[in-house]
Amino acid sequence: MNWRLWFPIAAFTGFLAVAAYSLSQPKDDFVRSAMIGEKLPYFELPSAVEGRPSVTSANFADGRPRLLNIWASWCLPCIAEAPQLAELERRGADIVGIAIRDKPEDIAAFLDEHGNPYSSIGRDDVSEVQLGIGSSGVPETFVIDGDGVITYQHIGDVRAPDVPVLLEELRKAGA
Amino acid sequence: MRGIALLTLLVAAPVAAQDAMPPAPYAYRQLDDPAQEAVAQDLMETLRCLKCQSQSIADSDAPMAGDMRHQVRIRIAAGEKPEAVRGWLMDRYGNYVSYSPALNTSTWPLFAIPGALALLAGALLFRRFRRQR
Repeated sequence: MNWRLWFPIAAFTGFLAVAAYSLSQPKDDFVRSAMIGEKLPYFELPSAVEGRPSVTSANFADGRPRLLNIWASWCLPCIAEAPQLAELERRGADIVGIAIRDKPEDIAAFLDEHGNPYSSIGRDDVSEVQLGIGSSGVPETFVIDGDGVITYQHIGDVRAPDVPVLLEELRKAGA
Repeated sequence: MRGIALLTLLVAAPVAAQDAMPPAPYAYRQLDDPAQEAVAQDLMETLRCLKCQSQSIADSDAPMAGDMRHQVRIRIAAGEKPEAVRGWLMDRYGNYVSYSPALNTSTWPLFAIPGALALLAGALLFRRFRRQR
């Protein structure tokens, strides 16, 4: 047999090995934001709750680091993370909420039932801010430093082990 | 059997309910200018839906895809170039959001390998035919 025939066979075996290895690796469906380290884009959102301040990008550049929680009353994992957000607020985090594609009455009902850890909540009816900061779903939680720069993104609901991580990220952002 | 079918139906309930809001103004409405709409449509077919990652935003009925179409259409209507709109999304979501791969340090094999294989095939054929004569 011609020794050169081994080259294509080796190449094909290598291809199979790479494919088998890739199939065995867990799939990562998260689309991470490419905006970490970037300033929040300019936005002004109407307030989602009667009597609470509206949410603008300028609110974030006042020297105090904050959590920016992207959520919605129609989102089930958002119910699961409510106790952790309450815990974060209890431990001194300032949490700004942005409700995605949500009705004021649904927002009010959600907050009545699951508590309100937010210092202010804005309504993003066409996902404009969500797209602007590179968020690809609800819920997501961003850390914004005192200059309005995004420093950290947490994708999915905040679970108990994530609370100290977010507090540490807030501390790193200057809290 | 019927029990299993019912059980399957129960388990198949959507993980996260969709919102009750009307779609964004330009999610399903075409632009008035047909030329601009054609440009927007071409672009939307090459942008990935982030919720349903194997579909383009032109194909998807996910509310977020509707909101992305709204952004694409209002930006095209405002006179932005399609590549600028694509760049705006890639600045936010990385190269993954675009179905039209750009030539860069991680994608060059995509473009180089077919050329190399064609050259190799050409060389092999050339040698084979020359030997036969």
